[in-house]
Order: sequence, then structure tokens, then C-alpha cells
Amino acid sequence: MREFVWYGDAHGAGVVEAVGERDWQVLRPLLIDSVAQTLEMVCATLLIGGFLGLILGVVLYGTRPGNLFGNAVVYRVLDTVVNIIRPIPFIIFLAAMQPVTISVVGTSIGTAAAVFPMVVMCTVATSRLVEQNLVPVDSGVIEAARSMGASKFTIIRTVLIPEALGPLILAYAFMFIAVLDMSAMAGYIGGGGLGNFAIAYGYQKFDPVVTWTAVIIMIVLVQCVQAVANAFAKRMINRQH
Amino acid sequence: MAVAMADEIITLDHVVREFRRKGGETAHEGVVRAVDDVSLSVRAGDIYGIIGYSGAGKSTLVRLINALERPTSGQVRVMGTDITGLSETKLRTIRQKIGMIFQQFNLFSTKTVAQNIAYPLQLDHWRKDYQERRVRELLEFVGLEDHASKYPSQLSGGQKQRVGIARALATNPKILLADEATSALDPETTEEVLALLKRVNERLGVTIVLITHQMAVVQRIANRVAVMSAGRVVERGPVYDVFAAPRRDVTRRFIATALAGVPDEARVEALHREWSGRIVTVLVRQRPVASGPDRPAVPVSGQDVSELLARYDMRSDLLFGGIDTVGGAAVGAMTYELDMGRPGADAFLEALREHSDVVDFGTAAAPVAYDDAVARVRDTGARDGVTDDALDDASNDATNDQVGEDA
Repeated sequence: MREFVWYGDAHGAGVVEAVGERDWQVLRPLLIDSVAQTLEMVCATLLIGGFLGLILGVVLYGTRPGNLFGNAVVYRVLDTVVNIIRPIPFIIFLAAMQPVTISVVGTSIGTAAAVFPMVVMCTVATSRLVEQNLVPVDSGVIEAARSMGASKFTIIRTVLIPEALGPLILAYAFMFIAVLDMSAMAGYIGGGGLGNFAIAYGYQKFDPVVTWTAVIIMIVLVQCVQAVANAFAKRMINRQH
Repeated sequence: MAVAMADEIITLDHVVREFRRKGGETAHEGVVRAVDDVSLSVRAGDIYGIIGYSGAGKSTLVRLINALERPTSGQVRVMGTDITGLSETKLRTIRQKIGMIFQQFNLFSTKTVAQNIAYPLQLDHWRKDYQERRVRELLEFVGLEDHASKYPSQLSGGQKQRVGIARALATNPKILLADEATSALDPETTEEVLALLKRVNERLGVTIVLITHQMAVVQRIANRVAVMSAGRVVERGPVYDVFAAPRRDVTRRFIATALAGVPDEARVEALHREWSGRIVTVLVRQRPVASGPDRPAVPVSGQDVSELLARYDMRSDLLFGGIDTVGGAAVGAMTYELDMGRPGADAFLEALREHSDVVDFGTAAAPVAYDDAVARVRDTGARDGVTDDALDDASNDATNDQVGEDA
């Protein structure tokens, strides 16, 4: 049972503080569900958006004038689209995408409806990161592969991406955090997840302990992913230097 | 006459490669001719050196041979195939027969030495066990058996280039293109890599086209050389001929980096300050240079200096000089101070001039202007035994088809 103590004047302005025992019997399954929903949203988004972003990033890199598929028009169009979408705050993007989400997912409410705009934003953001990490790849090794008769797709698969693998792993770790951030906003359109849990059962119920429980779980998630990514990337990058 | 001869493995026929300069919108103003009407042919078994300063177009030229660059006009034939218009797909089989090595080695940094060497074999869909055997063979050939599982970053520059060579040779190419392959290496390692290239040429019969700005590299292993300047081939021929009878200033400058020859103006002035007597430079050519469309015949020089010095009882000091063996014969120059007070001095000089090219810088008291002194001997050297017509023809050498010269 929880009691609420009212500190304030008679007109209602003031602070409400929750006291007493919060009911973990009720909260624990909700929290576990939330973690599962968050992981679901983040993994689905990273898998689909990360893959599409890889392709779009390679296309961006490849169509840069002077590169494998050098095409100034295609590059400029894609570059502009990415530049327009990327700076939109995700919570606004979520709202703006609503009509598209309805036509693609069938609904604009719930976890699935949140994943669609997340995938779009993730694709766009990933593509820029991929492009930026491919640019420093030494054009000499690409030329060497060409001189051996490798096709352009073979070069992308066997030279370009392997050569940039270390930084790409770090880029995907960065995207994991960005997508986790996006997933926290799913609650606004009726989706679940840790973000929603923290707002609904922590913030709105004036219970910072619940809010911070969600925060700490997110911190642990991020730290784990970052540590694994760092370890892999370090191994890759150490080989190269 | 662009009739390809049987043993010509690479033929460039009036090849032009233009680049549009950044920001250049109009047809001609923004266009740079990296390769300007070059015709040359490389015979199977050659080590063909192409020398030039950076920006001379030699890197573009070598990339025309494996179609990493496409000519704006002209024709490129490699191993009997006209590759000028071939699609990227059709080029793949040709490229597998042309290995290439680079100044910066261009090894795959995330692949081990063995994986680097196996890469072209994977492209060629070799069976795994054949790949492994071939990689072992190549590692042994380049002397890196113990480094198979290392990454390129763990190797020295010379070792990296040896991996590059092994990788380039993996699919048994007929041609090896070397783009400034030794320019990033120290002198000792350069020797090592050049010796390896020589072995590749001799033992495996691979034709090598070697791009460099180091004349010493050409001198060390090439048998033929072309000198490039501003996109054109301005001089070419057997290495000895070019060293012994350079026709162009750019060539002379390159030779001077490999061989101490005629002293430069500052050096002559310094010599005059220290030595009061007559200063003369005698060019040394152990073998005569045969005539060709690019160059007139040039006789031997400097072969009887010691004998004449003794015969005319001359006193002399050797002040400056250098002689080296190029293509199996000695080439160079020696600079003496002569005591013109000796009774036979004038007769000696006359006798010396008869069989040698002599640059006469005069005495400290009566010096000869440097350009005059040098110009005089170039005229003599070049005119011996040829007509003026031949000289004029020779000045058009950039566009001459080398097929004629080789025939």
C-alpha cells in the first residue's frame, strides 16, 4: 500500500511525494515485460534498419564522385534526403510519420507502430555513419583489388567492409544507443518498453525509485553492448596498426 | 605502321588520356592531358622502365595497361587483345594475367599475409587445397615462409612489398606492373626488392613495366627505358643507349641522379677557384650507341685517356667523375685538371678529341661559359656519323612508333 503526503497550499500548487512500500509484486512482471519489449524493438530496428542503413551507406559512399559507382546526381539526392531526415527530433518524426505508419503497419498505435519510424530513422542515421567510416578506407587497396579483376560487388564485400570493420562495429554500438533512445519514445504512441515503464510507473506516479530502476537497466544494457563492441573493434583496429 | 610483332606483349598506339580538371566546365579549358599521344611497345621478357618526375603522367600510363584508366583516344593492346573497349567483366580475365604492385603496397590490412596472397586465387575460384599450396610456394619464393599468419602492420616496408609481389604473382601473370614499387623503401630494401623483381623476370619469364622517378632503379634492372615529361614519351631506347647518349635535358637530369657525370655549373666554378689549370671533362662510353629513329649513332668515348696521357707525357689531376656499368658497359664522365704548360699539351687535347667527347671548361684565368662548353660537346657527340635530317627526325621521337625502332 502506498500513501501520498501532500505538501502545499490549499490551492493545489505544491509537491506530492510518494511514501510507503511500492508493490514489486505488481511491478516486477511489468518491468520484465518492458525489458523484453525494449530489446525486441531495439533488435528488430537494428537488424532491419542497420542492414538497410549498411546498403544505403555503401550506396552513398559508392556514388560519391570518383568512387566505385561515382554518380554525382544520385549522391546529391540521397545526401540531401539523409540530411533532411536525420536532424528531425525523433518524437516529432514519430508524429509526422503517422500517416505512413498507418499505411505500412496498419495502425499507428503500439509497439509495432513504433518500430516502423524507428527503422526509417535508424536506416538514415546508420547510412551516414557507414558512409563516414568507409571514406577513410585507403583507395589504394580498392585499386589493388580492381587490378586483380575483382568485381565492384566483390570489392565491397571482401575489401571495403572488412577494411572498415573495426570502426563499423563502433558505429553500430553507437546506433544501439541511438535506437534505445528512440525506443523510449514509443510510449507516446501506446508502445511499451523501458521508456514507457519509467514514465508511466515512475515519473507519473512520483516514484523516482522506479524511474531510476529503468534508468539503471538501460545503463547496464548500454555498457554491456559498448564493452563487447569495444573489445571486437579493438581487436580489428589493432591488426591494422 | 602499327603491325604488332609476335613478341610484343604490350602495345600503346597513339594513346591519349585526358582528365577534366575540377571546376572545368568547358570542353578544353578544364582538360588536362595526363598522357599525350604516347606510342610504345614492350616486348615479352623486357623489364621496361618508365621514368619521369611526378605529374609526368607515368602512373596514368601504367594504369592504361590494365585498364584501371581508359584512354580518351588511341588503342591499347595487351597479350594480343585490344583492351581499349572491353567491359569491366571481360577485363577480369585479362587483369588476372597482369599483376600490379604499388608504392604504398596496398595490402589488405585486415587480412593476414597468407590471406592477402590467397585473395586473387579466391577471385579465380581456386580449390582450397590448391590455394594453400600456391600460397606456400609464393611465400617461399619471396622468402617470407615464417610470416604467413602475420598482419601487414607487423611487417617492415621491404617485407610488405614482397607480400605485394607474391600476391601479384599468385595467378601466374605474364606481366607485372610496378608503380613506384621501391619509392617508399630505404636504399638497402630497394636493392632487395629489385633483386626479387629481377628474379621474377628471369626465372618466371614475367615481363615487367616499372614506373619510377629513380634513375638508379632503371639502371639497376631495366633493359629498356622510356623517359616521360608532360605526358609525352620524350626519349626511349635500350638503357645503355639512353645513358650513354641522352638526347634530352630531362633525361640528362635523371642520369645525373644515378651517375656523377659532367659537373654542374656551380661545381665547375668551385673547381676553377681551387685549380688554376685547364679543366676538361671526358665522357666515357665503353660501347658505341647504334642509331635508331630516336637517336643517331654515337661512337665510344674516353677509352684511350690513360694511354694518351702517358704518350704525350701529360700531368693531370683527376678532380671529379663517376663511371658505372649500365647494360653491361661502362658509362660516365671524368673531369681532369690539365697542366697546359707541358710541351705536348695542345697535341694531347687534339688527340683526345679525336676519339672522345671532351667538355672544355677553360682555365681559371680564361674560363669558357658553362652553357657554351656543354653545348659544344653535345653537338659533336650527336653529329658524329649522322646527318642533320636524322637529328630532326629524332626530335619528333615522342610520336615515333617504336615498332620501327624494334624491327
